[in-house]
Amino acid sequence: MKRGGKGFGMLVTFGIMFLFWILLSGMFDAFHLISGILSCAIVALLSHDLLVKSKSDKMLLKSFRLLLYVPWELWQIVLANIDVAYRVLHPKMPIDPLIIEFETSLRGDFALVTLANSITLTPGTITILVEPERGKFWVHAIAKEPADALLVDQTMQKKVADVYMEW
Amino acid sequence: MLLVHILVTLFLAAGIFFMLVGTIGLLRFPDFYTRLHATGKCDTLGGGLIIIGLLIYHFFHYAGTPLVPIKLLFLIMFIFIANPTATHAIMKAAYQTGLKPWRLGEKRQ
Repeated sequence: MKRGGKGFGMLVTFGIMFLFWILLSGMFDAFHLISGILSCAIVALLSHDLLVKSKSDKMLLKSFRLLLYVPWELWQIVLANIDVAYRVLHPKMPIDPLIIEFETSLRGDFALVTLANSITLTPGTITILVEPERGKFWVHAIAKEPADALLVDQTMQKKVADVYMEW
Repeated sequence: MLLVHILVTLFLAAGIFFMLVGTIGLLRFPDFYTRLHATGKCDTLGGGLIIIGLLIYHFFHYAGTPLVPIKLLFLIMFIFIANPTATHAIMKAAYQTGLKPWRLGEKRQ
């Protein structure tokens, strides 16, 4: 991505935004399409570097791997909700909050955001702080078992590292 | 059509159940951080399930506007990205102001 990286980013931004324009407007006459093309072109010209960073090699492969990761994550979300529902509705409220810290091999922005949001959505854990330089996470866990899932098993870290290929 | 109605009702009921659990958790849990556990997770899945129910209903009853279900699908996607991010932002703000997390055996805040 040395030369032409900028043009590629602009094209991708334009494509995504024009798809969105068509989706949201739902009108296919000349006036709406042309004004869509014009405004998408202006926005793509001004802010293409927000959506597509120049350092985005193997973007397609990573997006594909992310698509495979999403169903597993959705299942984890369902488990998380049942877990919270159990803790909320149990008369004794089996909670024992603690804060844990751990380091990961992840460095990229997308990888860190994915892991942080996955942690927040999965059973009994919420991300408090992330330090990008060392890939360090501070996590608030609602009880001992969810904390162990992150500290001992580390399945989620491995899956996210697999997706973004940052071992 | 009856099957569709049953499916839609199931999705709506499940969504409302998780919303309700989130609210009960908000009232029962002892401190700020644990309350966020209840709302941050349950609102995400609850909202998502309710929208899935609406999506199925719209798909079978108003087949003339196929763009609406796609828009609803995007809505789910944005909720699933925005909700954990917002939860994390609130959590981080509380942690950096120095709010101490509740430990087992302490009085509720």
